Amino acid sequence: MSKFNLNNSYKAVVIGGSAGSFQGVVKILSQLPKGFPLPIIMCLHRLKHVRNGFVEALSIKSVVQVTEPHDKENIKKGSVYLAPANYHMSVELGLHFALSTEEMINNSRPAIDITLGTSAFVYKDKLIGILLSGANKDGALGMKHIHDRGGLTIVQEPSECMIDTMPKAALAVTKIDHVLKVDQIVEFLKELDKQYR
Amino acid sequence: MLDIDIADLKKISELIYQKYNYDFRNYAMSSFKRRVLRIMELKKLSVDALLKKITEQPAFINEFLDELTVNVTEMFRDPSFWRIMREEIIPAIQLNHKQFKIWHAGCSSGEEVVSMCIMLQEMGILHDVTLIATDLDVNILERAKQATYPIKNMELNEKNYIRFQGTKSFKDYYREENGNAVFHKDLFMNVSFRRHDLVLGEIFNKFDLVLCRNVMIYFNQNLQNEVLKKFHESLFKYGYLAIGSKESLIWCDYASRFIVVNNEEKIYKKIKD
Repeated sequence: MSKFNLNNSYKAVVIGGSAGSFQGVVKILSQLPKGFPLPIIMCLHRLKHVRNGFVEALSIKSVVQVTEPHDKENIKKGSVYLAPANYHMSVELGLHFALSTEEMINNSRPAIDITLGTSAFVYKDKLIGILLSGANKDGALGMKHIHDRGGLTIVQEPSECMIDTMPKAALAVTKIDHVLKVDQIVEFLKELDKQYR
Repeated sequence: MLDIDIADLKKISELIYQKYNYDFRNYAMSSFKRRVLRIMELKKLSVDALLKKITEQPAFINEFLDELTVNVTEMFRDPSFWRIMREEIIPAIQLNHKQFKIWHAGCSSGEEVVSMCIMLQEMGILHDVTLIATDLDVNILERAKQATYPIKNMELNEKNYIRFQGTKSFKDYYREENGNAVFHKDLFMNVSFRRHDLVLGEIFNKFDLVLCRNVMIYFNQNLQNEVLKKFHESLFKYGYLAIGSKESLIWCDYASRFIVVNNEEKIYKKIKD
């Protein structure tokens, strides 16, 4: 099963999603191979004023406990992170997170473009970006940054999305390497995992 | 797409430091970069044009600072924080000092000061408290002094206030004027607004409570470490420090001189000089 033509040079996976992405994210996290070697950095649109509950809901079925990082927290291999409510989440060159309360982008804080864009800057061609279902165009520009810096881009198959605006926006602005259903994304991550064994 | 590399960002912060004595050299890079790009986009400037403008137009620096610093905030941000303030922290301070002092460090446009004054008023102790609100940016301080905010912001502020379980109607605290909410002046009778630079500024007073929420996130770890030392020195023993809900002190040298009073709301207490 070498259809993805993968290698073990990747250092991180970053996932963006909005309306309709929750089930997909749960599926991905619940079927993640044990000991998955890379950090998974997630920015999912969420209610600004609800700080608690989301990370817990995602963790119930996840193989790895999901955490919302503190500002300047180091990024650890094999950890799964979620951008906290009402903060933008950036990746910094020292491989740690930086949070911010800057203006909303695309009506969102956290904004997917910020997490994806800063990850692309830091990880360059060592990054895999995955964009799931969503009702606005946040994340499209971030995916372009990932592609422009040599990273690998994946969007959820629009026909499978509850709302396909987000993956379609990404497809419109940049080259997407793979258009996959959630089950295939799971397969992809399993295949990726094997490269590190 | 507009972009700027790290070397140019360093050039900009170095130039501002040398020429105007504002020190952004230890700001967190990702947000500093976004801020500078934002200014370049707003003003339609290339990196070279920006450097030239900073060098040749001293009047531009205030405008630059105003855009560079992040001034997005809301009243009663994290209502649960304000409930803990009202129910636990302020009463604990009052056990020792009936009259006490609060420092809002990096107060921006003053939303947190408004929140604090409303809360103290509802607790019936506003006249017992001296508040000092500081910011680096003179333009934003001026806005904070006016306590005048676009009416469209009031929806979110009021929602937060309701979650805080304030005892009045939020609208009682302001009047509407030309599309703005103008907060009543008597709320601010004990507040003084001052320009102060957290990075280069001196310690100027001692406080029972310092609020610096979501300000140090714009600093790198070295600078966070230095600023925490200043807060430590600015607090009375057993005074409180509040930072943002996703900030942490654990990697700072002075962390051991504080204890965590409330981990969820990131409220610390100074226990050692």
